[in-house]
Amino acid sequence: MYKKGIEDMKKLLVLLMSVLCVLSLCACSNNSSSGSDSTPADSGNPSAMKIGGSGPLTGGAAIYGIDVRNAAQLAVDEINAAEGYDFFELKFEDDEADPEKSPAAYGVLKDWGMQVSLFTVTSGAGAAVAPDYDADYIFAITPSGSNTALVYSDSTNYKTNFQVCFTDPNQGTGSADYISGHALGSKVAVIYRNDDAYSTSIYETFMAEAAVKGLDVVYEGTFIESDTDFSTQLQAAEAAGADVVFLPIYYAPAAQILTQANNIGYAPVFFGVDGMDGILGLEGFDVALAEGVYLLTPFAADATDDATVHFVTAFEAAYGSTPTQFAADAYDTVYAIYQAAKTAGVNGDSDPTAITDAMIAQFTSMTFEGLTGTATWAENGEVSKSPKAVIITDGVYVSAE
Amino acid sequence: MVFFSYLISGIGLGSVYAIIALGYTMVYGIAKMLNFAHGDVIMVGAYVAFFMLSRFGLPVIPSVLITILATTLLGVTIERLAYKPLRNASKLSVLITAIGVSYFLQNGAQLLWTSSPKIFTSIVGNGSLSLFGGSLTVDYATLLTILVCIIVMVALTLFINHTSTGRAMRACSEDQGAAQLMGIDVNKTISITFAIGSGLAALASVLLCSKYPSISPTLGSMPGIKAFTAAVFGGIGSIPGAFIGGLILGIIENLSKAYISTQLSDAIVFAVLIIILLIKPTGLLGKPMSEKV
Repeated sequence: MYKKGIEDMKKLLVLLMSVLCVLSLCACSNNSSSGSDSTPADSGNPSAMKIGGSGPLTGGAAIYGIDVRNAAQLAVDEINAAEGYDFFELKFEDDEADPEKSPAAYGVLKDWGMQVSLFTVTSGAGAAVAPDYDADYIFAITPSGSNTALVYSDSTNYKTNFQVCFTDPNQGTGSADYISGHALGSKVAVIYRNDDAYSTSIYETFMAEAAVKGLDVVYEGTFIESDTDFSTQLQAAEAAGADVVFLPIYYAPAAQILTQANNIGYAPVFFGVDGMDGILGLEGFDVALAEGVYLLTPFAADATDDATVHFVTAFEAAYGSTPTQFAADAYDTVYAIYQAAKTAGVNGDSDPTAITDAMIAQFTSMTFEGLTGTATWAENGEVSKSPKAVIITDGVYVSAE
Repeated sequence: MVFFSYLISGIGLGSVYAIIALGYTMVYGIAKMLNFAHGDVIMVGAYVAFFMLSRFGLPVIPSVLITILATTLLGVTIERLAYKPLRNASKLSVLITAIGVSYFLQNGAQLLWTSSPKIFTSIVGNGSLSLFGGSLTVDYATLLTILVCIIVMVALTLFINHTSTGRAMRACSEDQGAAQLMGIDVNKTISITFAIGSGLAALASVLLCSKYPSISPTLGSMPGIKAFTAAVFGGIGSIPGAFIGGLILGIIENLSKAYISTQLSDAIVFAVLIIILLIKPTGLLGKPMSEKV
């Protein structure tokens, strides 16, 4: 029995050796065909720049995390193909959108030696590691974390931290502007989740801007994460005569709200923010209920410009689903890092501090043209980019300009 | 009229609590244990029903029957593996085991089905009955829940009062030792109780999800706790008590959301519970406890 075990082990070893031989042959032939020396290190190409990042790959917000990872990978693959060698290498960890798990993901990425980071996908998880990036001086740019706590706190500005999607204050202000500017309704109700930083911060800026624009907010309802019954809030909004309901919340409770509003026969204009993105991909959800829902998003997959068409086609071919705005943000993020790295002339072999210095200098000075609009960044890491609205029609986003 | 629509949605919410509370109170009344895994059996039931209805496209009645079968099997298995070996252990051990089973089911569901929510299609359609020229609407899911709740309550009361198994259950509830001496198979009776309680969980899951369609592995925990509160409120062990307790709880919760504060509604619900228990420690319909000497 024991002897047989050794015999098996030997066979396995032989197999492994032969696989290794074949692999090294492949590597040789690859390199000789491109006309350079035998190993990548000697070929004159620098080693790949290590991009880390974490997000929910499982859990209630998994749609965001998976889309961000996939789109970032797509961008990395495209850039590597265009450069002819591995310019970037991506490692993406699961943090379940949980502030208690993102520090662990950060630790794993740091041990791996990340040089630039996609930060986290969600705000709550990101706020937990925001000071770490600053302390360790690693450049971090979140594709989708919209809370300003990711880039600065009341007391300090995290020099290394930047954002790509528009911030929560932007979204609240943008929503109030849009609702009053397009005269969607005369009386507005707000239903938000008051145990969530994302939801409350949008709510606060929305209310501030609504006061400026003279919007009549007739009802404010709250709920907490474990709530499933929204009928009281909806009935109260209806009783108050609201013809627009503003929902600065994620898509899962929004789906419940749309279903229950339909059940009681209440049909105002529902207006969501970027958290509403993903509602059409929810398993079992009747998309007819989302008909006519507005949401603020910087990206509409049905747009016809070349860059969007190219991205959507490539994404669908690779992953079989239509990309959300989070995917577009992630794709932009990788390309923005690429633009900054090329302009500054840094690569995977550069000194870590030099990479971070170069990134900060580039991002605060450059203008980036991406799928999600033209972006510039302020010293504090906030992006300047204007939100656009889409309306859900026949189960797809249609630009509502 | 607005008051009535709040009241009706309160009754709708309350009827869901009531049907879950029936499962709690039945098991407590007979086996004298708090089955904290009841909410999670409901969660499993919701997933089974979801797969039957949405994935396999079965009609409603076979789906519900399969769900009942599945949760009954699950309930009996849990009882056999986790609770039966502890029949003579202290009440506390059984309670802790029940919490363990609850976590096991939640995390198992998370592994199997991930925690991304799925949307359940209501078995009665998403519509509502309009009364008084549309000024008052009651959705079909609420009507069905109340109806099923009343039928189940009446059927359970008849079963317990007029069948021999029911008599055995009542005997176990009064005094397990004496019941055993009279030739009642206590273990079997408790197993049957679990089977019925878990079967009720299937009904509760289908009704709960028809009303609140988002299903996730933690779906059972909050309604489970509220329903347990409702059972205590009405007098744990009492079947009509669970029904009344559930309804009152749902109404208080919704009215306080509507008129006092959406943020404080849970606090108000539990404050009322504390007050009721201070005044009437055995709950609204609970039997007065007599000290045995």
